[in-house]
Amino acid sequence: MAGSDKLNITPPRWLLAELSYKCPLQCPYCSNPLDYAKYPDELGTDDWKRVLSEARKMGAVQLGFSGGEPLTRQDLSELVRHARELGYYSNLITSGYGLTEEKIVELKQAGLDHIQVSIQASTQELNDHIAGTATYQHKQDVAKLVKKHGYPMVLCVVIHRENIHQMPQILEMAENLGADYLELANTQYYGWAHLNRDALLPTREQFEEAEKIAQAYKEKVAGKMKIYYVVPDFYEDRPKACMNGWGTTFLTIAPDGTALPCHSARELPGLDCPNVKDFSIAEIWNESKTFNFFRGTEWMQEPCRSCDEKHKDFGGCRCQAFLFNGDMYSTDPVCGKSPERYRIDAAIDSARQLALSGEEKPLVFRNSKNSKQLY
Amino acid sequence: MTINHDQPISFSPLHRLQWEEAQQKYVILYPEGMVELNQSSAEILKLCDGSRALPQIVAELEEKFATAGLTNDITNFLNVALQNGWIRQA
Repeated sequence: MAGSDKLNITPPRWLLAELSYKCPLQCPYCSNPLDYAKYPDELGTDDWKRVLSEARKMGAVQLGFSGGEPLTRQDLSELVRHARELGYYSNLITSGYGLTEEKIVELKQAGLDHIQVSIQASTQELNDHIAGTATYQHKQDVAKLVKKHGYPMVLCVVIHRENIHQMPQILEMAENLGADYLELANTQYYGWAHLNRDALLPTREQFEEAEKIAQAYKEKVAGKMKIYYVVPDFYEDRPKACMNGWGTTFLTIAPDGTALPCHSARELPGLDCPNVKDFSIAEIWNESKTFNFFRGTEWMQEPCRSCDEKHKDFGGCRCQAFLFNGDMYSTDPVCGKSPERYRIDAAIDSARQLALSGEEKPLVFRNSKNSKQLY
Repeated sequence: MTINHDQPISFSPLHRLQWEEAQQKYVILYPEGMVELNQSSAEILKLCDGSRALPQIVAELEEKFATAGLTNDITNFLNVALQNGWIRQA
């Protein structure tokens, strides 16, 4: 065990329930693991209810129903009702695919608090291309219905090189749809996004232009629509405080019941992530090797170990350290103090050259066929 | 955007105010977020139920805590709450 510091274990606050890896969309930046097709099993209703109960008892209060597409689960309303009875604030994170007005009402009656609808772009052509499915019009309709039935409406648009030029239109679309919140999530390069990075990563100029537009709009719609802007950490000089620190706040349960400290942790070697079928949430959170692995600061190497910012960013993201440096204990390569920062700069250059060359690099879409070819 | 003294104040239907046993405090919950409240903030927000305007809220809290001169603190907090969208008027 790398860094067990059991004195400092705080209870989980955020539970992400990835109900299913099934998804009708094929977004090439999906955060699900590349080899998701290897894990077709899904927990049953009773197991999910037990997971919700146990995590709530420990102090989890925010609950995300996610996936894949959580609407593929026939027992979604039953799980939502259980969550409401327990006192969770439940968030449905959906593509909107398959969401009817009847279902929106049913979920509201079951106690769902909020629906976050993703839209891939401000135009039908680009949305449907990125999603790999003709969904644009339906998503617009769903967004209006969510609003009509009194939910806070959150639009989520993942930003990358193919849609970053649409920033002004995306902002207008969100305002016209009456969104209460707009999440502009610059792509985080894990999973499928890592694979497609050369084609997805915007240039620094594109990013700075888009950010300027979004920040100006923020002031324009202040008090009406909140804009969450997720920065692309590649263009930062310090790493993000990933997951608010390993095993401090976030608990993800994958469709097959595997418990993860973050939704990408499955890609890290040797963690032996526990399954909720074998252990209680309390055992997993407090005692498992996985959740204690990067708790505290004992596991850190230089330059993190002697860094006066280590309690602020916790050394950054373990998955990013592993993906770039091949060493999950190393400093997040985004950090300007990391000797591996050149790897991020090389990734930026590589994407920039492809962008400027005008050549097309085909995107690898997230689907079972591609997933099976990748492992 | 500031508090109008004459209009009743209600808690936002897009947020939820809830006691958290595990944290031993009140929290405001909203899409993917949470604000932890200290006791006095929670006492103020619990009175924002659409039936009271600012002067009534001040009067009730001054009586409850047997003190005077809370107007400024309560007004300041409610302005912050209004700007954050936790409460609304009319």
